[in-house]
Amino acid sequence: MAMTIAEKILARAAGLHQVVPDQVVTARVDLAMSHENADLVRKSFLEIGALRVWDPTRIVIIFDHRIPAESERTAATHKAIREFVAAQGISNFYDVGRGGICHQVLPENGHVRPGMLVVGTDSHTITHGAFGSFATGIGATEMAGVWCEGALWFKVPHSFRIDVQGQLEQWVSAKDLILYIIGKLGADGADYRAVEFDGPAIRRLSVASRMVLTNLAMEMGAKVAFTPVDEELLEYLRPLTPQKIGSIAPDRDAHYERIITIDASREVSEPQVACPHAVDNVRPLSELGEVAIDQAVLGSCTNGRLEDLEVAARVVAGNTICERTRLVVIPASQQIYREALHLGYLETLVAAGAIINPPGCGPCVGVHQGILAAGETCVSSTNRNFVGRMGSKDSQVYLASPAVVAASAVAGRLAHPASIVQEDPCLMEI
Amino acid sequence: MPDGNLKLRGVVRAVLGDHVDTDIIYPGRYLNITDREKTAEHLFALSYPEIRGSLAAGDFVVAGKNFGCGSSREQAAAALKFAGVGAVIAGSFGRIFFRNAINLGLPVVIAPEARAGCAVGDQLEIDLGAGEIRNLTGNRSILAAALDRKCVELLAAGGLIPYLKAKRVA
Repeated sequence: MAMTIAEKILARAAGLHQVVPDQVVTARVDLAMSHENADLVRKSFLEIGALRVWDPTRIVIIFDHRIPAESERTAATHKAIREFVAAQGISNFYDVGRGGICHQVLPENGHVRPGMLVVGTDSHTITHGAFGSFATGIGATEMAGVWCEGALWFKVPHSFRIDVQGQLEQWVSAKDLILYIIGKLGADGADYRAVEFDGPAIRRLSVASRMVLTNLAMEMGAKVAFTPVDEELLEYLRPLTPQKIGSIAPDRDAHYERIITIDASREVSEPQVACPHAVDNVRPLSELGEVAIDQAVLGSCTNGRLEDLEVAARVVAGNTICERTRLVVIPASQQIYREALHLGYLETLVAAGAIINPPGCGPCVGVHQGILAAGETCVSSTNRNFVGRMGSKDSQVYLASPAVVAASAVAGRLAHPASIVQEDPCLMEI
Repeated sequence: MPDGNLKLRGVVRAVLGDHVDTDIIYPGRYLNITDREKTAEHLFALSYPEIRGSLAAGDFVVAGKNFGCGSSREQAAAALKFAGVGAVIAGSFGRIFFRNAINLGLPVVIAPEARAGCAVGDQLEIDLGAGEIRNLTGNRSILAAALDRKCVELLAAGGLIPYLKAKRVA
C-alpha cells in the first residue's frame, strides 16, 4: 500500500513493511537531541536506575536556552550536564561558544539526514523535517526512556499535504507564507498530523527558508512536517557529512487526510503579522495601522539564519534604528555569526544601532537578553507571542519576517520594508 | 495519580478556555528549576496565580481545546501534578503535553463537552480505562475518549519512570 513520508519512516524504524494511521508502533530512534533540559532527562534517567545510555553516538547535546549562564542555578545545571556527558562518553556535545541554537547546530554539523527518526526535548525539533527526517519533540522523562532503550512508541499520524503554487513576491518570505497558513488552519489546525509541504513555490525556497516552514508547523499543532528532499537539499547536505545520504518521497498515491492548495502569488501578496497573543491571530501588515515598537528582535530557531541577517542588513543599510526602538540581533549559531561578520552584515546592523546577542535562544523564551516591561511592544522574527512569553504578561509581541522586523526597527513602528529601502527594487531580489 | 488507580473522583477547581499554552501553565523564566516538586510553586504564575492556592489534592482542571499547546517543557505537566491536580480534562491537548502528562502519571482526559458540562465546584467521577466522566453534582454523563492501551498501561504503573523501573527488575 502507498505511504506518506511519515508512514515510510515510521515503518522502517519500527521494522515493519507498512504502517497505517492510528496504529501504535515501537520505533528505533536514530538521533536523540537535548539542550539544557538534558538535566531533567539526566535526573529521570538516574531515577529509572539506568547506568549507561543506550548509544552515546546517537545522542547530541547543545546548550542554547541560557547561554552564557544567566544565573548560578543555570551554571550549576550546565556543570551537571558537562559532567554527565563526559562520564557517558557523549562526544556530540556543543558547549557555550561551540554551537548555538540546537535546531541550527544539528543540521550544520551533519547530524540529520533524510529518512532518520529524530527526537528532541524541544518542541521545535519538528524543524528537521526540512532535511527529510521524521523529527518530533518529546518531554524530558520520555527522553530518559529513549536514553535507556533507544526506542519509543509512536501513534502513526494522519498526513496533510499543503501544496503551494505560484511564487513568493518581493518582500514576502517563507515566514509570511507559514504565518498565513497558520492563520488559515488555526493553532490546532494540524494537531497530531504529519504535514508535507510541496509545490513549485516550496521547491524554489532555500534550505534555510524551508526550515522556517517546518519549524512553525509546530504552531498549528503538527507532530512532524516535511519539505521535499530534492537536489537543493542534497547539495546542502553533501559537504556536511561523510555518511551516505538517502532520499525519501511520498508514494504517488499515498493517502492524505486533507490536501490544502495555496496560491502564494494571490493569497500571500504582502507580509503577514501574527498579532498578540496567538500565533494564529494573523493579519496582512497593511491592515494593522500604526503600531509603535519598543523592541525589535531578529533571531531564533525560526529566523536567525544567514539569509535573515542579510535581508535585515539590506533594510537597515544607510538608516539608523529609530530612537525609541531597540534592535536585538541574535545569529542562530557561531558559524552564522562568523559568516555574518565576514560578509559585513553585523557591521551594517551595529552601525545602524543594533545590539548583537550571543548565538542562542536569547529573549524568545523569556529568560534574559531582551525581556519586555509591562506596556512594551515588540516585533519579533521568533515563533511564539503567547502572553508573557518574552517578559511581562502586559507586554505585546507581534511576529513577523526578518525584513519587517528590520524595517520596523528603523521606522519605530510596524513598517513594510519597501517604505524603508531606498535601493532600486530590481536589485533587491531576495 | 494514586498508584495506578484508573477510577478517580474529585472536584473541578478551574474551568479554563481554549489554547491554554505551556507558557501560561508554566512560564519560561522558571525553566531552570529541575526539581519536579518545586515546579508547583509557579503553576499558572503569570495569568491565573490564584488557582494554585485553591487546589486540594485530587482536584480537576477542565479546559477547552488544545490545552498545553506550545513548548515541550515537562515542567508544565509536573507543576500541575505536584500542585495536587488529579486530572486535566480538556477538549483536546497539545501532543507533547499529553505525552508528558501520561509519562509523569498525571491523568489527561479528552472530552470536548467537558468545558460546557462542568462548573467550578462540581464533583466528577472519571473512569480512565472506559473513557467515562460522570458529573455527580449535575447528575449527567460527559462523553470522553478512552485512552490508548499504551497510555492506560503507563498511568496504571504511575508513569514512565516506575514503568521502566519495573521492567528492568523483571
